Amino acid sequence: LAGFGNLMQDVLWCFSQVKGTVDIGVTEADIISTVEFNHTGELLATGDKGGRVVIFQREQESKNQPHRRGEYNVYSTFQSHEPEFDYLKSLEIEEKINKIRWLPQQNAAYFLLSTNDKTVKLWKVSERDKRPEGYNLKDEDGRLRDPSMITVLRVPVLRPMDLMVEATPRRVFANAHTYHINSISVNSDYETYMSADDLRINLWNFEITNQSFNIVDIKPANMEELTEVITAAEFHPHHCNTFVYSSSKGTIRLCDMRTSALCDRHAKFFEEPEDPSNRSFFSEIISSISDVKFSHSGRYIMTRDYLTVKVWDLNMENRPIETYQVHDYLRSKLCSLYENDCIFDKFECVWNGSDSVIMTGSYNNFFRMFDRNTKRDVTLEASRENSKPRAILKPRKVCVGGKRRKDEISVDSLDFSKKILHTAWHPSENIIAVAATNNLYIFQDKVN
Amino acid sequence: MFVRGLKRKCFDGEEDIEGTLAGIKAIPSYNLQRQSLLDMSLVKLQLCHMLVEPNLCRSVLIANTVRQIQEEMTQDGTWQMINTQSTGQASLDRLVSTDILCRSSREQAEGKHVPGYSTFNKDFEGDQERESSETMSTASSVQGPRNLQSNVWEMENPQENKGTFQKSLDQIFETLENKSPNSVEDLFSEVDNSYYDLDTMLTGMMSNTKMGHCDGLETFSSTTTTPSNSNCKSDLNELDHIVEILVES
Repeated sequence: LAGFGNLMQDVLWCFSQVKGTVDIGVTEADIISTVEFNHTGELLATGDKGGRVVIFQREQESKNQPHRRGEYNVYSTFQSHEPEFDYLKSLEIEEKINKIRWLPQQNAAYFLLSTNDKTVKLWKVSERDKRPEGYNLKDEDGRLRDPSMITVLRVPVLRPMDLMVEATPRRVFANAHTYHINSISVNSDYETYMSADDLRINLWNFEITNQSFNIVDIKPANMEELTEVITAAEFHPHHCNTFVYSSSKGTIRLCDMRTSALCDRHAKFFEEPEDPSNRSFFSEIISSISDVKFSHSGRYIMTRDYLTVKVWDLNMENRPIETYQVHDYLRSKLCSLYENDCIFDKFECVWNGSDSVIMTGSYNNFFRMFDRNTKRDVTLEASRENSKPRAILKPRKVCVGGKRRKDEISVDSLDFSKKILHTAWHPSENIIAVAATNNLYIFQDKVN
Repeated sequence: MFVRGLKRKCFDGEEDIEGTLAGIKAIPSYNLQRQSLLDMSLVKLQLCHMLVEPNLCRSVLIANTVRQIQEEMTQDGTWQMINTQSTGQASLDRLVSTDILCRSSREQAEGKHVPGYSTFNKDFEGDQERESSETMSTASSVQGPRNLQSNVWEMENPQENKGTFQKSLDQIFETLENKSPNSVEDLFSEVDNSYYDLDTMLTGMMSNTKMGHCDGLETFSSTTTTPSNSNCKSDLNELDHIVEILVES
């Protein structure tokens, strides 16, 4: 495949599409809260704060226009979650979609899991292009016919109709989480999945909605002693008994479900020793891991904390094998970022299909890519100004004091309300989806 | 939220200070900045969280920061000093700039004498809990040490000349003057406590979103609840009303 596995210096990223409105005032419900390609890359799903899921489908590449790679167009839109009110606690449960995870395709229909803070749902997305006609007991509008008027029996037949894509909720997995769900992960056995909240992780069978197994519980007996929470969790891509979860203290635990029913004792514990010379009151906060992702190979895990992305080898627990600075110029601004709560922003990170490049977001609608082989990195921007079709994205640079060059932007001019928290990389091609508030940008590598 | 073009509230980083010397009235010391960070953290933990359950991760991280500060202040004796010097309720109308706190301990050792950091030690838990209940209540009355230190400022390292006082939380602090914070333990004594979130309040004020459901807020004092959905939008009048309720409760 063209562009697959290329070294980053050979890859030129181009604008492909942008979805969403350009309104000045953004409706909060339209803010994209999760982005995910399915396993083939044919479908791209987004969830938003308003509880809606929008699925884009890649159109077939046309032989007449080889320079235009398949574009993503809306395939299905549905309301996944509604706001709820918890009467016992007098608290609202947000409908915001925290995560979407696809199941591998096993038949003509597509299945995905979507979750808000409390409830996970399994959605079936299927196409209908035929319609039965010729019922005996009702007419074409669906109205019941008077049985006494029926004199002839006929067999209904299927006739073609305009393609309709319908989404139906097949399972609702509710009432299993006291705290807010931050992660869901489909197991490689395709029969189970896990959902993780701040203090607990539950294992579900797709067929059973009224029961789940609790596999991790870090809630202290006395909540006053609580100092650490679970921030993300994921199953190993190949070993169905293995999963990892990250914490607010910057640690990752790998657990093996074969050892015991309750995986409170980890099989491996990943933690980097703290650099005492870099210690400040904000050290713990910026060490809190906001995302953890296995590599496609299953050999590495990648973690994102506030200022860095780290790659860990599963066989080495005492430190990461690679550390990449995302926006180290913010280190001297931590106090302001603490005051305006930006320091608590949860950035995600993704691998490319060959695990050679990693990507994560930053502020000012910047996002960063790091090539693990060449050690080169690039900063790109998702903005409407660079939105001409196939326009090549120009690398951006933040200047950290001293003289500012013409194309550079100074740290103080960064817009902290424009944050790229969610990105996704096509499983096998150089196509990326970047969520910038209420807009979804799709970039591709340049096709010659 | 952080609007582009909005003047930064907290002075950060190393910048040319020559032009700003004339306007500087005082030099914020490390202790003052640390106190300021403590105040800010307590406000973040205590401000009313309107309707949605607070983010537990964020609350835990802030509480851990508060514990760290407390522990350090206990170690260098500042905690005791605040206790004895407190002169009653004080207005929290200023947060000093906290740029020193953004620097790592190595940088601080080079530039200025500051108490060394200690790694968080479980042994401190017991002492801390005993002390914090009596000392936490004074955390909001910081006028004492500030007055004390206004004389101290002149003795501070002149390199600390830079810094601006921030007043971004003025309005919030004035309304919270009379509210005494609970101890850190109480903050987590019940999972279902409604935490107070400065950010959500400010965000709600500016973006006019879901918070401020007047019906929903009544539930804090009454047991009957009425479901109110996105039909109820907040405006500043309702927000003032809400803050009044909090202060009086």
